[in-house]
Amino acid sequence: MNVQISRQLHPVSPAGARALVRIVIVGHVDHGKSTLIGRLLHEVEGLPDGKLDALKAVSARRGMPFEWSFLLDALQTERDQGITIDTSQIWLRTPARDIVLIDAPGHAEFLRNMITGAAQADAAVLLVDATEGVRDQTRRHGYLLHLLGVRQVMVVINKMDRVAFDAGKFREIETEIAAQLAGLGLTPSAIIPISARNGDGVARHTSSTAWYRGPTVLAALDAFVPARPPHDLATRLPVQAVYKFDDRRIIAGRVASGRIRVGDDVLIMPAGKPACIKSIEAWPERETSQTPRVAIAGQSVGITLDRDIFVERGDVVCASTSPAASARRLRARVFWLHQRPLAVGGHITVRIGTAESTAVVAAIEEAVDPGLLASDGAEVIAQNHVGEIELALSRPIAIDPYTADPNTGRIVLEFEGRIAGGGLILTAQAAALDTTSGPRPGKVASTARASRTGVNSDELRAKASALAQVFASLSPAERIAHLRREVAGKIVFTTSFGLEDQVILHLLSERTDDIAVVTLDTGRLFPETYALWAQTERRYGVRIRALHPRHGDLETLVERDGINGFYDSRAARLACCTVRKVEPLERALAGARGWIAGLRAEQSAHRQDMALVTAEAERGLIKLNPLFDWTREELLAFVSSNDLPVNSLHAQGFASIGCAPCTRAIAPDEPERAGRWWWEEESKKECGLHSHRP
Amino acid sequence: MRVDIKKETAIASGQQSAAGPVEATQLDRLDALESQSIFILREAFARLKRIAILWSLGKDSNVMIWLARKAFFGRVPCPAMHVDTGKKFPEMYAFRDRYAKEWQLDLLVEPCPPIDAIDPTLPPAARSAARKTEGLKLALAKHGFDGLVAGIRRDEEATRAKERVFSPRGAEGLWDVHDQPPEFWNHFNASPPPGAHLRVHPILHWTESDIWAYTKREGIPIIPLYLARDGKRYRSLGDADITFPVESNAGTIDEIIAELAATRIPERAGRAMDHESEDAFERLRKAGYL
Repeated sequence: MNVQISRQLHPVSPAGARALVRIVIVGHVDHGKSTLIGRLLHEVEGLPDGKLDALKAVSARRGMPFEWSFLLDALQTERDQGITIDTSQIWLRTPARDIVLIDAPGHAEFLRNMITGAAQADAAVLLVDATEGVRDQTRRHGYLLHLLGVRQVMVVINKMDRVAFDAGKFREIETEIAAQLAGLGLTPSAIIPISARNGDGVARHTSSTAWYRGPTVLAALDAFVPARPPHDLATRLPVQAVYKFDDRRIIAGRVASGRIRVGDDVLIMPAGKPACIKSIEAWPERETSQTPRVAIAGQSVGITLDRDIFVERGDVVCASTSPAASARRLRARVFWLHQRPLAVGGHITVRIGTAESTAVVAAIEEAVDPGLLASDGAEVIAQNHVGEIELALSRPIAIDPYTADPNTGRIVLEFEGRIAGGGLILTAQAAALDTTSGPRPGKVASTARASRTGVNSDELRAKASALAQVFASLSPAERIAHLRREVAGKIVFTTSFGLEDQVILHLLSERTDDIAVVTLDTGRLFPETYALWAQTERRYGVRIRALHPRHGDLETLVERDGINGFYDSRAARLACCTVRKVEPLERALAGARGWIAGLRAEQSAHRQDMALVTAEAERGLIKLNPLFDWTREELLAFVSSNDLPVNSLHAQGFASIGCAPCTRAIAPDEPERAGRWWWEEESKKECGLHSHRP
Repeated sequence: MRVDIKKETAIASGQQSAAGPVEATQLDRLDALESQSIFILREAFARLKRIAILWSLGKDSNVMIWLARKAFFGRVPCPAMHVDTGKKFPEMYAFRDRYAKEWQLDLLVEPCPPIDAIDPTLPPAARSAARKTEGLKLALAKHGFDGLVAGIRRDEEATRAKERVFSPRGAEGLWDVHDQPPEFWNHFNASPPPGAHLRVHPILHWTESDIWAYTKREGIPIIPLYLARDGKRYRSLGDADITFPVESNAGTIDEIIAELAATRIPERAGRAMDHESEDAFERLRKAGYL
């Protein structure tokens, strides 16, 4: 029991300064995961004194040749049966860093334990037996790495000694596994031929694999980097609890993404309550000059707010400019671990961040066994299988899709009080985000106009479709930024000074790039709208370009139909809209490649057919409605927290405000656009700006 | 008794480092460990009805108490329970009595049954250690806790490496190692079946070196038995009759950290009950030992 210290050999570096990387070893049962870990420890001389002898004795007692796997397979049953049942972890030190190796069981039966291990990892080693090649559990584990969000992967082809280090055999498996992983969006950092039992390729190359040019396992491990909490994404602080231990009311939680600064404007989701961060609390208490002013992703903090609002566990403190969605429905890609299959109509508990809600499975699609790549067919997800599900939540939850935030965009499913599955949130409010970039029924794309604009309509639709995928998970500001990056040429924002328009204008005012702001003055707007127009110009220090009707067209219209002829027939109303709004719009959009507007899905029956992003083939442009999936509550929260100037008519019961003769106030229980062309049928209430006449 | 640490050491770290003129974009290793532990402690407090923190007085549980004070802004909102075998070192009792008062802990001291009441088939040291398991069960029944917060770490020992952060225990306090629930993305199983309880392990992911580096950084007091005197020190503290010192000249925390970087002696080498037979410790743990 003599502790030797040699400072010459081991320069002291404090543990706090060394980087730590967690790496999980996965793969099919018996392909040698535990053996590889034992070998790695032996190679870096990481085994405690006496451990090797103890393992030899344990092996001998069972009448077995020396067994590396007994190092981690510490349970008696594991040793007796020669399998890993539960995940385990062991520390090893390379000259550069500390590594935690996570051993994950390969048996399908213990997939829950594999997931428990792998979910903690920054990176993974996927092990394949050279004599057996890719097996079902190899595929299953590959798929789960994708669902668990483990992006760094290397592949190790083990037991090369058993195939006489045959390069041809190696290439064959290499090709298969690389293709397999590519299908999941994973590119292995290396694919390495080894013999874990004998050590070839683990810490050094031997002559047996002279044909192989890549790194050893140790070198490839050293190239993995720790996964960091996303400090550069929009701020999210899921609330764990609110403490009132003294006169402070401290909101406790861990910053999941972004950063919290004293003075930040935030929205508490899902309710959308605005507030400002008053302080960051810490213990031990410090001098005022030393109190923390900022907290970053990964940090457990306590904050206080500038106002006394009700906040509870499950709420998420969000950046006010880019809040999480408030949703009662979501789609997710999940794995299911419970022996009772997950079925449509089933009741489960959903956990997202610190929020919890009961939920009903509304739909199941694409259920497969990721090991056999066989479809389940029916509307169920069997144990250890994966699928896409739609969930109806019993209460609203603040939700980010995983493409927007890989950290908060995760969902955990609980069944009978036990975690039974989990996965990635694809969309919140799936219905609202459904994109219709292709041609709609009743709409015939005019190839003549498309060619006139010089834009190929198929290309445009493909682009809109690709953008829709990305936009679904972005905040409005990010959507605008992304559109500006993706669309070369003129982008026009058309405003009528509605609440949505004011939000978009505010977002544009925070940008320096060139997006033209245009309004259409029909000549029949409310005095209050003109007042707001002027007020908005003052607030942002800009002149907003106005387009007016062509005077000749207007004079002809009024002469034919009379000054208020639009009340007489729908045709007359549409003619008026065309002259006063649609024709000026065409001029506003002439030569534009992008169009930003303020439509929201919930505004009217007809508008639900519209989309977040569409290809306007006739106009040769991409149209973005950045607030498409916002609810009215979200909209109002943003307006109020940014103190945006709004039309004074809103306070008098006007919701959607257009021309004065054609807009009336609505009752509190009427739909938002009920006050537009109220004498007409609900589904036909568009002026033709945002839809094409049937 | 208190290891003297300069005040600046504790201040120049943690949230403070993030508030400097250049804003940090990532937490350093100790900050990341600390935040994870605080998150776990707050989850336990939020999701369970009645919890206690097991305070064994050793370096790990002192770090845990410290983390709880951070998590709850200076006040530990649940009892700190010492399950007392009555055979601890005198220095440990002195430490307990001083810091229970200084840290304003709601201290519960619970006794353990005599050795005669313990399974005689266990090897002698394990049998002695098992008294603590039985004491724990009695205390659970007496107070009705549904969660016990314990300072075990994965790097200590191979069966602890397989632990969950929220680890369910059966009605008899038994650990069913073959049917542990899945646990991922910091979502924990917090619904123990009736009569059962949860063990919550907030420092499971720390290493021995991390504990010392953090103890030094934060200026957390320790029992001086950990520091070498006359060429020997204790790496792990338990009952005085079944715990042995290792040879060492590490008289300061820095020297301990340097020693750990070089040593190949396992931490619990001086804990006799771990080594009496291949499965001695697994048996202890399945029966409810920490």
